[in-house]
This record gives sequence, C-alpha cells and structure tokens, in this order.
Amino acid sequence: MFLESVLIFAKIIAVVAPLMIAVAYYTYAERKLIGYVQIRIGPNRVGPRGWLQPIADALKLMFKEIILPTKANRYLFIIAPMLSIAPALAAWAVIPFADGWVVADINAGLLYLLAMTSLGVYGVIIAGWASNSKYALLGALRSAAQIVAYEIAMGFALVGVLMAAGSLNLSAIVHAQATGYGFLGWYWVPLFPLFLIYFISGVAETNRAPFDVAEGESEIVAGFHVEYSGMLFAVFFLAEYANMILIAALTTLMFMGGWLSPFQGTGLEAYFAWMPQIFWFFAKMTLFLLLFLWFRATFPRYRYDQIMRLGWKVFIPLTIVWLVVLGVMILTHLSPWFASTAG
Amino acid sequence: MNLANLHLLLPEIFVLSMACVILLVDAYWRKCLHGIAYQLSQATLVGALLFTAFISVKEPVIALSGTFVWDSMAKVLKLFIYVITFTVFLYSRQYLIDRNLFKGEFFVLGLFAMAGMMVMVSAHHFLTLYLGLELLSLSLYAMVAMHRDSAQASEAAMKYFVLGALASGMLLYGMSIIYGLTGSLDLTTIAGVIAENKIEPMLLKFGLVFILIGLAFKLGAVPFHMWLPDVYQGAPTAVTLFISSAPKLAAFAMLMRLLVEGLGSLNVDWQGMLLFLSVLSMALGNIVAIAQTNVKRMLAYSTISHVGFLLLGMLTAKEAGYAAAMFYTMVYTLMSLGAFGLLLLLSHAGFEAENLNDFKGLNRRQPWYALIMMIVVLSMAGVPPMLGFWAKWSVLSQVVAGGFMWLAVLAVLFSVIGAFYYLRIIKLMYFDAPTDNAPVLKPSADIHWALTLNGMVILVLGVLPESLMTVCRVALS
Amino acid sequence: MVQFIFYLFATVLIFAAVRVITVKNPVHAALHLVLAFFSMAAIWLLLEAEFLAIALVLVYVGAVMVLFLFVVMMLDINVATVSEGFTRYLSSGFLVGLLILLEMVAVVGSHHFGLKAMPAPTPMAADAVVNTVLLGNVLYTEYVYPFELAAIILLVAMVAAIALVMRPKRWSKYVKPEDQVVVKAQDRLTMVKMTAEKES
Repeated sequence: MFLESVLIFAKIIAVVAPLMIAVAYYTYAERKLIGYVQIRIGPNRVGPRGWLQPIADALKLMFKEIILPTKANRYLFIIAPMLSIAPALAAWAVIPFADGWVVADINAGLLYLLAMTSLGVYGVIIAGWASNSKYALLGALRSAAQIVAYEIAMGFALVGVLMAAGSLNLSAIVHAQATGYGFLGWYWVPLFPLFLIYFISGVAETNRAPFDVAEGESEIVAGFHVEYSGMLFAVFFLAEYANMILIAALTTLMFMGGWLSPFQGTGLEAYFAWMPQIFWFFAKMTLFLLLFLWFRATFPRYRYDQIMRLGWKVFIPLTIVWLVVLGVMILTHLSPWFASTAG
Repeated sequence: MNLANLHLLLPEIFVLSMACVILLVDAYWRKCLHGIAYQLSQATLVGALLFTAFISVKEPVIALSGTFVWDSMAKVLKLFIYVITFTVFLYSRQYLIDRNLFKGEFFVLGLFAMAGMMVMVSAHHFLTLYLGLELLSLSLYAMVAMHRDSAQASEAAMKYFVLGALASGMLLYGMSIIYGLTGSLDLTTIAGVIAENKIEPMLLKFGLVFILIGLAFKLGAVPFHMWLPDVYQGAPTAVTLFISSAPKLAAFAMLMRLLVEGLGSLNVDWQGMLLFLSVLSMALGNIVAIAQTNVKRMLAYSTISHVGFLLLGMLTAKEAGYAAAMFYTMVYTLMSLGAFGLLLLLSHAGFEAENLNDFKGLNRRQPWYALIMMIVVLSMAGVPPMLGFWAKWSVLSQVVAGGFMWLAVLAVLFSVIGAFYYLRIIKLMYFDAPTDNAPVLKPSADIHWALTLNGMVILVLGVLPESLMTVCRVALS
Repeated sequence: MVQFIFYLFATVLIFAAVRVITVKNPVHAALHLVLAFFSMAAIWLLLEAEFLAIALVLVYVGAVMVLFLFVVMMLDINVATVSEGFTRYLSSGFLVGLLILLEMVAVVGSHHFGLKAMPAPTPMAADAVVNTVLLGNVLYTEYVYPFELAAIILLVAMVAAIALVMRPKRWSKYVKPEDQVVVKAQDRLTMVKMTAEKES
C-alpha cells in the first residue's frame, strides 16, 4: 500500500518535473523562433546564446510582488491560477509516452481528457471576475464563450477518433493505428478534416494567436490576467504553455500514431528499430509545438465574431458531416485503417 | 435491436421529420413563400391522420423493448388529437397574423408539442411517459412566452415554467421510488411485480403520492391549480386555445397509463386521493369562476371544474368509468375549442376580446356567432340536448353505479352553481345592448365554416351521443 | 480507504450544497454548485460508474455551469433585494422542511432502504466489460426510442430559445466590408443639373 503510493508519486514527479522544464524552454524557443521569423536575434544575453533566459524570467517572477487590486475578491483571486493549472497538469495522467509508459491506464481516458480540458475555463472566468476590472471581465467573457464553442468541435473530432479506434483508451487508440503502412496508416489520413479541426480548435482552446482575443493586448490590455503579477501570473503562464504541450501530445496520440515509428510495417522499419519509442512521440509533439509558434508569428488576430462564426458555423457542421462519412468508411471496412474495426 | 414493429411509429416519425423540414423551409423561404409553415403544418397533420388511420392492428402491440404500445385507445386519442390540433391552427391563423406572431416557430413548436402528446398517448414505460410530457410542456412554455413584448405573457410563461418544472420533479421522484421498489420502468412489469404483494405497501403509496401530485399539477386539479388561471389569462389566446384542448387528451392518457396500467392494483389508494382532488376541483372551479370578469380566466376555472368531473370518472376504477372519463375529456376539448375559437374570432388587430363585457349584445351584431357561443356555453353547463349533458350524464351514472351516491349529488350541486356563470354569458349576449360599435368583421370562410361545424358537432352529437360513446367504450375494452 | 474517501467527498458535497443556498453572492453560489457537482462525480467514481461521473463533470461542470456563471456575472443582481425575504420565511420554511424530512424518514428510512433490505451489489470483475461500452449498447438498442426523444427535446429547447430571444438586427449599424470596398465615387456623390436660382 505504502510502496504503491510512493511509486505513483514518483511517476507523477517524473511527468510533471520534465513538463515544467519543457514549458520553460518552450517559452525560450518561442522568443527565439519569432525573433528569427521577424529577422531579429531574440534573447541572447543571459548565459550562452541566452539559454539561461527562462531561468532568469522565472526567478524574476518569483521575487516580484503580488498585487491584490482593491475590492478584488481575495480568495477567488488567489485560487483562480490554481484552478487553471490543476486540470492542465491532471490531464497528463492518462497520456502514454510509449507503450505502457503511462501514469494511469484507464479505460475512459479520452473522456477523462475531455472533462479535464473543459475545466480549464474556470481559472480564466474566475480570474476575470475576481479581479474587479472591466478589462479582465471582458477578457474572461470572451474566453469563456470561445472555449465553450470550440470544445464542442473538439469533442466531435474526438468522437471521430473513438469511432475509428473503437476505444476510449489512449494506448488502444495508438495501437489501432499500427496498420502496417507506416505514417500513411495513422488516423490523420482518413480523419483529415477532423485532424485539422482538432488542432485548430486546440489552438483556440488554449487562447493562442490567432485566437487570442481573450488577451488581446491591443484591445483589452491583457484580458483576464491584467491584474495579476508575480508568481500568480507565472502560474497562469505555466498553465497556458502546459495546455499547449498537452494539445500537441493529444494530436500526436490520436492522429499521428503516438509513439509508433513512421516506418512501422514498411521495409525501413528495421533500420530505425534502435530508436526508442518515446523519441518518435517527442519528435511529433515538437512538430506541433513549432506549429503553434509559427501561427503566432504569421497570422493576424481574428475578430471576435469571426472566431465565433468559425467555431459554430464551420467547424461543428463539418465535424458532423465527417462523422457520417467516417461511419460509411468503417462499415465498408476501408483498408488499411478500418480493416479490423468492428462496425 | 428490436425494430420489428417500427411501422407503428410511422405517425410519430412523420410528424417529427416534418417539423424539422418546416423549420428549415421556414428559415430559408419565409420571405418568398408567405405562410408556408402554416400550410405545411396542416398538411403534416392530415398526413399523420392518414398514417394513423391506415395502421390497423387488432391486438395491442408493445414495441421497441417495451417502451411503446399501440392499442385502440392510443389510436382513437391520436386521431382526435390531430383533428383538434388542426382546428387550433386554423382558428389561430388570423389572430396570429394580426399580432405579428404568424411565424414558423409557432407551428413548429405546436407540432413538437403534438408529437409529445402522441408519445404520451402510446407510452408504455416511465421513461417515454416522462419524455413525452417534457416534450409537450417545453414546447408549451415557449409558446406561452412567444408574445415577447407582452409582460403578462412573460409572467405567465415564467409561472408555468417554474411550477411545471416542480411538477415534473415530483412526478420523477415518484417514478424513481416506484422504480427502486419494483426494479423496472416497464408498466406491465411494474404491474406484475406489485401484484405479487411482496413490496411493503407503505412505500408504494409513498411513490404513488408523488406521482399523483405530479399528475394533478399537470391536469390543474385543486389544490395544484394555481398556475392555470394565470397561464390561461396571460398567454396569447391562440396558445390558450391550444393548451386548453389537445393536451387534456394526453393528460387523460397519462392517467390511464400510469394509474390503471402501471399501478392498477393500488386502486384503493388512488381512488381516495382522486376523490379528494375531484371534489375540491369541482367546488373551487365552479365557485371562483362566478367572481371572474375576464372570460379567459373564467374559462380557466371552468377547466378546473371539468377536470374534477374527469377525475370522477377515473375514480370509479372500472372500465366503464374510464370510458366515461375519456368521453368527457373528448367532449370537453370540443367545447373548449368552440369557446376559445370564438374569443379568437372576436379579437382583431389591436383588440383583445377577453372581458365579459365584450360579449354584450353580440346577438345584435353577429347573431350566428352568438348562437354558436350559446350552444357551446349550454353544453359546458350541461343543459340536456347538448353534448356536454351526455358527458356529465355518463360520468355521473358510472359514479352512481360505483356506489358513490353522495358524490354524484355533490357533483350535480356544483354543476348547478356553475350553470350560473355560463348562463350569464348568454344573458349578456342576448339581453344587453352592445358597447362596442366597431364595424362587424367578416372572418375568412374557412374559419367561419370550421366554427359552424364545431358548434354543429356539439349539437348533433348531443342528439346522437351514442356513436362517440361507443368509440370510447370500444377503445378501452 | 474507500470509506474514508466517500465520507470526505460526501462532507464536501453537503457543505457545498448548503452553501449554494445560504451564500449571498450569486457567483459564489454558482461556484459552490460546481464544487457540489464535482464531489458528486467523485462519489460516482467510487461506485464504479466512471462514464456517468466523467459525463457529469464534462457536461455540467464543463459546459452548463460555465454558461450559468457567464450569465450570473453579466447580470447585476442586487444581493440585498434577493435575500430580503430569506429571514422572513426562514422559520416557516424550516418548519415545513423539517416536517417533510421527518415524514420521509419515517416512511423511507433505513428499515426499508438500509443495507439489510437492499444489500450492496457485488462489484463486477475489474476489467470484465467497459462501463461506456455497456451503456452505449443499451442506449442504442433497448432505449433507442427514449434516447431519440431526449434528442428531440433538446432540439425543442434550441428552437424555443432562438424563437424567444432572437430579434432582427434593428439597431445595429452593421456594414458589409465587401460593399465598402467596391463602392465608387458616383455611388456617393450624384451630380444634379438645375437652373440657377436667385434669392429674392
């Protein structure tokens, strides 16, 4: 009993600690990459090539004063960042990094993920309301509406995945993608529209550019976290980046074959057999993480009503149509993806 | 999946699909095809009528894993519901056009409400009963609130919604208790388990009480009638017409399904409770109606008293009594249709006919409609040649046969009190001078003939009541 | 262990539920309701109803309550007027509530629904059948008719909501950008020929 608890605890640490480091260096990568896109150098002063910049940022935020606005709701003001990071971290419990490398291999993993990601919105809403500031409230309202809208499209995209795999268990979903045709056997091919919608909704769900009207620094200063400073702000920051990494991981697992090698089942497989499974997983994740940054460097911000229109009037109908198409594909046992799917 | 008897659901499927089609057609072509929603809705009702009429199954069939039943009671009530809804839409048309409410949503919600009634009528499962009831109620709440700029309508809708939700909660609570005790939601199974007499009767009664409270709320029986007058008065008259007619048939079906089919062996318990509800409803409905000056409110109280009569038929707990109650319900919907139809007809753009004084001297201005109104009102009062008399008569004779002599005497007494306010309308129409000097309006021909037919049915069937009575008796045997 | 977790969540649940009705601020009340749902979901998890538990979190906590909070935040509810009648009706309400409670305990107390009358069912083998699969199978076969009806009810709710609140854009000064782009000078300015007039 005791040993078991220690083991679980160790597993959690083994997931969360690297995640925190990943977040730190993801911010560094973001600044560098956007710098290069804009033909600048980016941070280069702290440490060699600026490698210690995230550490310096973290230290700075830790020692900054936390300012509570007058008439703010103290209790909720402080609890809001925690509400936003807790689900972002809790969701990692069901993510398999490689075959069998997962903290909790539960059967309803996909549902659990949906539930956890849908909780993240509370941090934003409560922060916006508790700050007692009009910009914060506006940001919170925008963000809440946006998250609710895109969650539906995201949920439908996930329905497609679970129809295809016939399981809610993430490991089983990855296994179902091992069809023997390498990267063409993964679900991104038959579920291509859902794949696109899922990733774009993921970008919207994390309030990232071009869907970052919740922050909208040019319109409502910084949205829901305008009143936050110091460590409380840092926690929001952590939550946002942890969520981005989560979305990248999920897209990898559900559409890009998770830890599977892209040459799985082809003649090249043997040559790459020495690569650990987790390498493929991280490589694919990195691809999506870079996409997040690329979007931010490239696209101008959407107008608020355009975001809503895209979510409700384009994505949701599209996903529903594709679910029907998918049903036909499954019933006809379209090879290679659904050759063995029960239907 | 057991879809063996899916064809029995054709009317429901047809109505629901057509409602969706109308929704779409109305959204895209409401500008260029004016009134398309109305025409399509009426076509849907005719179609559903044909579908239902052509399904002929002798024995009751239970389909879809026990959730749906097709028997002759369901068939008769469904056919009647189509006819009533058709007439409601017809009567409402001009009124809605005048008040800028002639929109697709009204008819779509009406069709959904009717689908809810159809589901209730042929439900054989707690779940389907409840879902049908909610489908009906939800559509009705929205229809009451449809007149958005009227504060009265919004208030009525709010009251209706809150109290209706409370009643649904009660009903659901009672159902879940029964489910917990019997372990089934299927009415036949429940009846079987209860008949085994292994369950503590106290607990069954506990569940029954909640179910009955829920039913009484929905029916509007005293002391759960508070919402009824406000809703009748506040809602647009077209909606009041709808609420007061077809849903009563569905409510009767729900009583039959729940109390008789499901909890039939508890009849000794529910008889007493119904007795209480029935006497109170007749007393309060008839006495309070006298004090009303608003016709819609008065008719609401008259509805309460009619509900009391309906419950009288139920509490005999015999097949003949149920048949009498069914007959009474059908007759009541016909009369209600006529009364509110006339109110709709007398209202015109910018004017609501809803006060008693609006009937003054109607005979001099529009003698034909005054005559129809007289027929309807006399029938409601239960004056002999009219259909209403036979309805009261059949219920009372069953009550007497059941050995409740005193109850019958009481019912007659209250009817006599009730006759006062019905006769007052006749007095106003025939013996008072008109106050309204607006030009006499000409309703369109279809509404005129429908109303005439409505009045004639009450009169002619009053002379030959045996046909409708036989239908009811056959339907329930 | 399981019992400890149960009592923990049950206490939180009751606390949160009581706070929902006693707290003055409507936003706080809504947040306590969220907490209540969450604890309820945890208790369902203990009953091995994982699908229901997660669906509760997903639907109620993740969507319904968010919209609820959304509305409550936008409305400027005057706390004083809302809680005006609270103390006035407290005594009579409490009395009636207590009476109903006592009556209900008398009828449906533990002598009928206790562990003796209704023993706990034996738990299923850990990974015999997945909860979600079982539910899905029943939902789409045995209960397909009620399931479809529930869908229709949701559709009605949607139609009703739109019918009741949607108003035509009467006051909005919405301009289509594409119309603005293609506009030409002659669309805006019309040259009119007229004879010169002299002021008299």
